[in-house]
Amino acid sequence: MGEWENGRMGIIVPILEGPDSYREGVGKEGFKKLNIGSMDAEFNVEKFRERFGSEIIEIRIKNQRRILITVRPDSIAGIAGYLFKDEEFRFIIASAMHTRRGFEIHYHFSRDSAGLILNIHVILDKENPQIASLSNMFNASNWIEREIHELFGINFLNHPNQEKLISEGNWAEGVYPLRKEFK
Amino acid sequence: MGRKTLIPIGPYHPLQEEPELFKLYCDGEIVKDVKWETGYNHRGIEKLSESKTYEQIFFLVERICGICSNSHPFAFANAVEEIAEIEITDKAKYIRTIIGELERIHSHLLWVGLAGHFLGYNTVFMWAWKYREPVLDLFEMISGNRNSYAMFKIGGVRRDIEEHKLPLIRKVLGDIKKKTDLLAGAIIDDPVIHIRTKGVGILTRQDIIDFGAVGPTARASGVAIDVRRDDPYAAYPLVSWKVITAEEGDVFAKAKVRLLEMYESISIIEQCLNGLVKEKGADIAVKIKEIPEGIGNGRAEAPRGEVFHFVQSDGSNSPVRHKIRAPSYVNIATFKKSCIGQTISDATISLAAVDPCYCCTERMASAFDLSSGNKIMNASELINTSMKRTESIRKMINRRL
Repeated sequence: MGEWENGRMGIIVPILEGPDSYREGVGKEGFKKLNIGSMDAEFNVEKFRERFGSEIIEIRIKNQRRILITVRPDSIAGIAGYLFKDEEFRFIIASAMHTRRGFEIHYHFSRDSAGLILNIHVILDKENPQIASLSNMFNASNWIEREIHELFGINFLNHPNQEKLISEGNWAEGVYPLRKEFK
Repeated sequence: MGRKTLIPIGPYHPLQEEPELFKLYCDGEIVKDVKWETGYNHRGIEKLSESKTYEQIFFLVERICGICSNSHPFAFANAVEEIAEIEITDKAKYIRTIIGELERIHSHLLWVGLAGHFLGYNTVFMWAWKYREPVLDLFEMISGNRNSYAMFKIGGVRRDIEEHKLPLIRKVLGDIKKKTDLLAGAIIDDPVIHIRTKGVGILTRQDIIDFGAVGPTARASGVAIDVRRDDPYAAYPLVSWKVITAEEGDVFAKAKVRLLEMYESISIIEQCLNGLVKEKGADIAVKIKEIPEGIGNGRAEAPRGEVFHFVQSDGSNSPVRHKIRAPSYVNIATFKKSCIGQTISDATISLAAVDPCYCCTERMASAFDLSSGNKIMNASELINTSMKRTESIRKMINRRL
């Protein structure tokens, strides 16, 4: 855009440039310029291990595009902040689940320049599940934390507005439909 | 200080994928704050999915969205095939890609039509929906259904696209290309559309990153993310195409991205059809044994952005947990940024610009006076304010000539 020219009807109309001028090429060159800056596209697991060594329980690398890291729940805010701000990951969504081990949450982060999905996995206490909220860091986690709170009863500490997202006003308190005991 | 007015959009409303209530708090014409309530049509699909077998879940997730009914099976297939480490045949890849891209064309045409309608261009609405019809006919020919195609299964596809169907597909694509030229020309040449859409509902790159928005919404703000390129699946690495981006982030940029994407989709399908001819006689599905224990992260680029499916398997025939994230879940939240500070007549098109699913019913929105509770505007009047604004701009321009 940017060029202005006398339009057909004699008034000033911005002219849409030919389609080619704002198409981005396939490949990492065009992408890096737009989104990632000079950042290395590959995620450095060793650097991550050095930085958060004591917080990490397990690292499982399935292939270059799928990495699962199990961490201690109280370190989630620091790790998510590092991934979002320093490593420029995009937060996709969080998936909670109820298993024999208690409550588990997978935080899915994506590095789009490498096609990488990094799952940060935490296991929470069975009796009193709670974890720090990420919503003060980025808005993307706001709705999903409200949803998890409503469906699983996991408490997100310092969440700006932990109201019900799905069933406002028409669902019993303390009944969590995605827990396994719910029939 | 004018009187504060609450304008609810919804709960049952054609702009949204599911019924959802947006409350616009207005001071005069200007929107000051937005709040929302969701879940009016919560169907519990994630819970339901835990009680179904992997084969059945395809038919379940297909029904999440009526317009992009192919993208959820696409992402689910990617997730399950990741767990079981299944590599599908090239022919199945081509067929999957053709279905996915045909869906993108008809979804974008539908968006162009409805965006036109909200701006008061009912001719564009009629045209775009008329041109969309042959694409649905193609789906009927290929799969037997105009919607919910039931084409996908683990390890491949259910139906082949036979060779005698290819000439008709090519002909329809050629026609759509011409019609897209026509629609793009109509938008570029019309000064009123420029005034109504430029600088309206702007989302900056920072907003996109903050809300995690995806798809054309992100690409129109200069964030070049596209799962088809970044995390390639199906036949996208086998064909050549380009990711369309724009920098402005307003409604016009989103329209531009969608229109240009249609050309890319046409080109992708044409290359896939050539690929199908080469793969003549190949199998459309591989045999699968069982789904082992593990987790799968599957994603696919729907017309509205990245669809994400997370599947945890314990080795039985149904998943332990199946998390679904549709693109509108993150895109609708950006309404808070794009809408505040706009006039009410621009709020309609700002919300429409992120393309929440239009598949539902009649538009239902009313304006109430907060102090008395009386209805001061009904649904059609609200659309009329948007249409009238276009009309007044048109008159103003004509007067100047």
